[in-house]
Amino acid sequence: MSLAAKDSRQAWGLLAPALVWTAAFFVLPFLGMVALSFANMEGRDIVRGFDPGNYARIFTDTVMLGALRNSLEITVVVTVISVVLAYPLAAIIAFRVPARWQRLALMMAVLPFWTSYVVRSYSWLLVLGQNGVVNKALLGLGLIAEPLQIASTRTATVIGFVHFFVMLLTLTIYANLIQLSPNYARAAQDLGASRWQTFAHVILPLTLPGVVTGAFLTFVLSIGDYITPQILGGNTELTLPQLIMLQLGRSGNFPLASALSVVLMAVVTLAYFASSRWLRLDRV
Amino acid sequence: MIRMLSWAYLVLAYAFIFLPVAVLVAFSFQNGRLPVPPFKGVTLDWYGKVLGNDDLTAALLNSFLVAVVSSLVALILGFLAAHALARVRLPGSALMRGVLIAPMTVSTLIIALGLLNLFTLTGVRLSLWATGIGHVVINLPLCFAIPYAAMGDHQRNAERAARDLGAPEWKVLTLISAPMLAAPLAAAFFLSVTFSWDEFIIAFLLTRFDVTLPVEIWSMLKSGLSPATNAVGSLVFLVSVTLVILLELTVFRKRP
Repeated sequence: MSLAAKDSRQAWGLLAPALVWTAAFFVLPFLGMVALSFANMEGRDIVRGFDPGNYARIFTDTVMLGALRNSLEITVVVTVISVVLAYPLAAIIAFRVPARWQRLALMMAVLPFWTSYVVRSYSWLLVLGQNGVVNKALLGLGLIAEPLQIASTRTATVIGFVHFFVMLLTLTIYANLIQLSPNYARAAQDLGASRWQTFAHVILPLTLPGVVTGAFLTFVLSIGDYITPQILGGNTELTLPQLIMLQLGRSGNFPLASALSVVLMAVVTLAYFASSRWLRLDRV
Repeated sequence: MIRMLSWAYLVLAYAFIFLPVAVLVAFSFQNGRLPVPPFKGVTLDWYGKVLGNDDLTAALLNSFLVAVVSSLVALILGFLAAHALARVRLPGSALMRGVLIAPMTVSTLIIALGLLNLFTLTGVRLSLWATGIGHVVINLPLCFAIPYAAMGDHQRNAERAARDLGAPEWKVLTLISAPMLAAPLAAAFFLSVTFSWDEFIIAFLLTRFDVTLPVEIWSMLKSGLSPATNAVGSLVFLVSVTLVILLELTVFRKRP
């Protein structure tokens, strides 16, 4: 056997465990889920077949369409607000905070990341609830007469999400800003660009791949999340993951849950293609 | 002016980021039944209750076990695959990289649902091990991508030298490649442990009885707000932060 052939046989051997694992526990279940999404429920039993009825139901039923719309709206709003809040924070840490304090400043900015995800949503409930810190403070100051209803609304879901993703985006955007050579900004200013022009025409385009990558991650993670809308948003305006979990729990309707998951997956794929021009997933 | 605004923004941003954690920790000491204002004085009772709760300590051990074992498996699989793809040009290697990274871009809910279907069909009993399988799936992309990105010419040359001197492949892997990649391998491992430790939906759907900590906390939430939940959350926070600081001072010290 030639050396190259031996090498490649060995390489296949090293690759095989990871590929087999991914095929068996990711690709196969995913294909199974797609197949199941075309099945039907008769009573408590799943009847396999090729029936697009579940999809027809998703795109006509007002509750399901509503959940799809809620998910999309919440996710887009969360992604935009998080980027807009995180960019200045990352820039201030990268350009204003003295170099030796930057790592500490960054660690502090993501410290709540280390509480458990479930607990983080719960903490916002303590802040935003009917008897929560915000309401008690505003009542105490006499700014409002009645407690505000924030918990169990979409606003609470958005606040909970934004909190998490501002931390994540601050990290990714900072990593991008710090790699920029200061010469770009210097050159722009030498050529007469104002501070704003330097930012809009030089810094921002150079950091766009990092911003888009972070925004894409925000989109994927928030549209697929069950915890935050369930704890903070309550059951008034369901999101897609909440609806999927309801199908699993209450009615055991696996085919419909699978179809909803395929729709969720399709939305994420669309977002991927919309942003793929700037995406650098290999550099996260 | 801009300077002032920057510092003001920094302060506001940190206030927003710290607000929920500060409230969480503060009201874990609440001497009363509800973790909301007014603050009725300091007590450690809730910590006592939580530490004496067998369900919680069992869940904590389950979480620890599944995090460490699934991260180790993911790290070994990922490292071997990265080593193979970085060394030999195979037909379709770009596709294989894509397949290995793919689970990262798919919601964990979808991965969980797919596995739930698979296990129900094949009659695999739902348990901590089923959860562990799912956690390897979500952590494998990371454990592949981080070492893969860190493999360079320098390392390839050292491996080649070892092979020329007659080292079998397993010796090259354990004595040359792994030690040279110690830092990225450690980073991948600890990131995986963090994700697995904190993962909810896979653990929720794939485990029936031996639940993990996030699932146990979730079931505590069903009985409403309680300073006990605050105490659990604060303890998790304390442990994680201590771990992060230790890692920062040891493993990641050299990194710029």
